[in-house]
Amino acid sequence: MAQATHRIDVPVSVDQSKCIDGCTLCVDVCPLDSLAIDPETNKAYMHVDECWYCGPCAARCPVDAVTVNIPYLLR
Amino acid sequence: MQIPPLSERRELFCDVLVIGGGTAGTMAALTAAQHDVDVLLLEKANVRHSGALAMGMDGVNNAVIPGKASPEAYVADITTANDGIVNQRTVYQTATRGFAMVQRLESYGVKFEKDEHDEYAVRRVHRSGSYVLPMPEGKDVKKVLYRQLRARKVRSKVTIENRVMPVRVLTVNGRAVGAVGFNSRTGEFVTISAGAVILAAGACGRLGLPSSGYLYGTYENPTNAGDGYAMAYHAGAELSGIECFQINPLIKDYNGPACAYVANPFGGYQVNADGNRFVDCDYWSGQMMAEVKAELDSARGPIYLKLSHLPDATISEIEGILHTTERPTRGTFHAGRGHDYRERDIEMHISEVGLCSGHSASGVWVDETAATTVPGLYAAGDMALVPHNYMIGAFVYGDIAGEHASEFAHGAVREPLPEDQIASAHELIYRPLSHADGPPQQQVEYKLRRFVNDYMQPPKTERYLSLGLESFERMRGDIAAMGARTPHELMRCAEVTFIRDCAEMAARASLARTESRWGLYHQRADLPLSDDARWFCHLNLKKGRSGEMEMLTRPVAPYIVPVPGFDRPDGVENEPATPGELAGAWA
Ligand SMILES: Cc1cc2nc3c(=O)[nH]c(=O)nc-3n(C[C@H](O)[C@H](O)[C@H](O)COP(=O)(O)OP(=O)(O)OC[C@H]3O[C@@H](n4cnc5c(N)ncnc54)[C@H](O)[C@@H]3O)c2cc1C
Ligand code: SF4
Ligand code: SF4
Repeated sequence: MAQATHRIDVPVSVDQSKCIDGCTLCVDVCPLDSLAIDPETNKAYMHVDECWYCGPCAARCPVDAVTVNIPYLLR
Repeated sequence: MQIPPLSERRELFCDVLVIGGGTAGTMAALTAAQHDVDVLLLEKANVRHSGALAMGMDGVNNAVIPGKASPEAYVADITTANDGIVNQRTVYQTATRGFAMVQRLESYGVKFEKDEHDEYAVRRVHRSGSYVLPMPEGKDVKKVLYRQLRARKVRSKVTIENRVMPVRVLTVNGRAVGAVGFNSRTGEFVTISAGAVILAAGACGRLGLPSSGYLYGTYENPTNAGDGYAMAYHAGAELSGIECFQINPLIKDYNGPACAYVANPFGGYQVNADGNRFVDCDYWSGQMMAEVKAELDSARGPIYLKLSHLPDATISEIEGILHTTERPTRGTFHAGRGHDYRERDIEMHISEVGLCSGHSASGVWVDETAATTVPGLYAAGDMALVPHNYMIGAFVYGDIAGEHASEFAHGAVREPLPEDQIASAHELIYRPLSHADGPPQQQVEYKLRRFVNDYMQPPKTERYLSLGLESFERMRGDIAAMGARTPHELMRCAEVTFIRDCAEMAARASLARTESRWGLYHQRADLPLSDDARWFCHLNLKKGRSGEMEMLTRPVAPYIVPVPGFDRPDGVENEPATPGELAGAWA
C-alpha cells in the first residue's frame, strides 16, 4: 500500500526541560499506553494520537512537566 | 516486530484469572484473595489508573442505604426503568449488598459524604428513591483500591500483570480453563491456565464514533473496546439485551458527563433553548434519552445543563467536583473556549452508541452468582447483564464473582490447554504483522465505526440495520488485510476485531427484536410499538455450533418483589425470595 505521512496535533505535551532523565511514571500509568521515552533524549513524549484526556500522566508527574490538552477535534 | 513462533510463549498458571483490573476486576481479585486461591489479574493498561475510575468517580449512583431507601423499592425502580425485562434476582444483589460494599470501601479509606448527623448524605435523582451518594474525595478511589491490592496479605495471593491483554478465553468441553493473549509492550505471546476465569473488561465503549470523529473521544474509557463481550461470545457464553444500546446525555464535544447526578442535587437541571425543563426526571434511562433526542431534533434544541442561576459559591462547589474528579479536564475544555458556568449554560448532546450494563442493560448473561452460561466463566461490571449497575454494582458483582469463581476453582480438574484455540488466537493477534503495509488500524476502525453510526443509531429500521450487518460482514475483509508493525499496533488491531464482533451482535439483536422498547435504546422507526405478547422476554444470543450467531429468548424470571403500577403482560405470579436465599440478603 502506498504510504503517506501527515502531521497531527497531539493533545499531550511534555516540557522537555523539566522531564527527569530515567523517570517513566507518566508512561507507566497511561491507560492507552500513548506515552513513551524517546531513546535519544531519555525524555517522555506522546508517541501516538490516542488519548482519553483523562489525566493520570499529569497527575503522576513529580515535576509538572505534562500538560494535557483537549484533543484538537474536540477543542 | 517479528511474528513469534507459536511454541514461543510465556505460560502462566493460576486458580482464578481476572481479566481487567478496573472497578469490578480489582474487587474480584481482592475477594478471591480472601478465599485462599492464587489470583492472576491481567490488565491491558495499568491497574493504578485503569478503567472508568482512572481518575476516580464523582459519586455513587445507586447505593441503597438503610433508612434512606429500600432494596425492594430499588429493584422495583430498576424493573420499571427497563420496561419490566429484568432478572430481579440479579438486581436484588446490588440492592442488598451495596451498603456493605460502601462500608467495605469506607474501611479501605474511601470517603462518602455524610450529613451533620454523621449519616450518609444520599440525594435523589431517580424518579422515586434516593440512591445518589457523593464522594467528596472520589478522585482517590483507585489509589485506595490499589493500596489494598498491594497490602502484604493480598500481595502474596494476587499477581498483577499490566499491559497483558487476553484476546480469547480458552475452553475444554465447554468449560473455561484459561485464556490466551499477549504483552502489548513486548509482543510476547502469553497463555494462562486457570481453574476459573472472571471477565471484568468493561463496557463496549468504542462501538459508535463520537460526533467529534476522534476515535478515543468516547464516553467510556476507550481501553474498553468490547473485549469482554467478544471474549465471552467466542467462549460460547450467552449475551443478552444487546439491542438495548447505551446512549448518554453529555457535554457536547467533550463527550463526558456534565453531570445531572452531580449538578442536580445542587439545583442544576436540563433545559431546552427556550429555558424550559423538558424531562421530569434526570435519571438516565432509555425513556429520558428519547425525550432528549426529541428535544434536540426539535426547534427547541439545543439543550443545556443549566447552572447559571445558582449562587457563585454553589457553582464553585460544583466546579470543585467536575474539574478535579472523574473527568478533570472538563475545566480545561470550558476554559479553552472561554466558557464559565456562571455566564453560560453547558451545551449538551447525546453520545455515540455503546453496549453497557452499568448504564443500560446490554451485556453477558449472568445469574445472581455472576456465573455466565459457560461453566467456570464469570462476568462482572459493565459487561455483565445486571441492568443499570453502575459503580457500586460493579464492586458488588466483582465481589460475588471473586467468591464464586474461587469456589469453582477449588474443585476444578486442570486440563491441558486446547492447542487449536491457542493457534487461532495466535493468528488473530499476529496476523497484521505479516502484511504490515495493509490499511492501518485508525482508518479501518474509523470506517467500521462510521458504519455503526450510519446504520445503527436509533431510530433503527430493518433496512438500515441490514445494511449495517452487510457492512460489518464486508469489514471482515478490511480487518483481515489490516497491517501493523509494533506490539502497540497489534493491541489496537485486536480491538478492532472486538468492535466488529460487537457491531454484528448489535445489528443482529436489533433486527431480531421486532418492536420498539426502552425508549431511544431500541427505538425502531419501522416498528414503533411494543409487542408485549411476543417480546416480554430477554433476547439472548450466542455462538452456535456451526460458528454462526444464534438468537434465543428467555422468559423473564418470576419477580421477587412487586412492581407498583406494572402488570406483567405474561401474568406470571411473583415468587418472593425466601429469607437468606440470596447470598448477602438484606440484614
Ligand atoms: C466517565 C464515566 C463516569 C461515570 N460516573 C459514574 C458515577 O459518578 N457514579 C457511578 O456509580 N458510576 C459511574 N460510572 C459508571 C461506573 O464507573 C462503571 O459502571 C464501573 O466503573 C464499571 O466497572 P468495570 O470494572 O466494569 O469497568 P472498568 O472500571 O472500566 O474496568 C475495565 C478494565 O478492563 C480493562 N480491559 C479491557 N479489555 C481488556 C483486555 N482485553 N485485557 C485486559 N484488560 C482489559 C480496562 O483497561 C479496564 O481497566 C461512570 C462511568 C464513566 C465511563
Ligand atoms: S491524558 Fe490519559 S490517555 Fe492521554 S496521555 Fe495522559 S494518561 Fe494517557
Ligand atoms: S512523569 Fe514527568 S518527569 Fe517522569 S517521565 Fe513523565 S514527564 Fe518526565
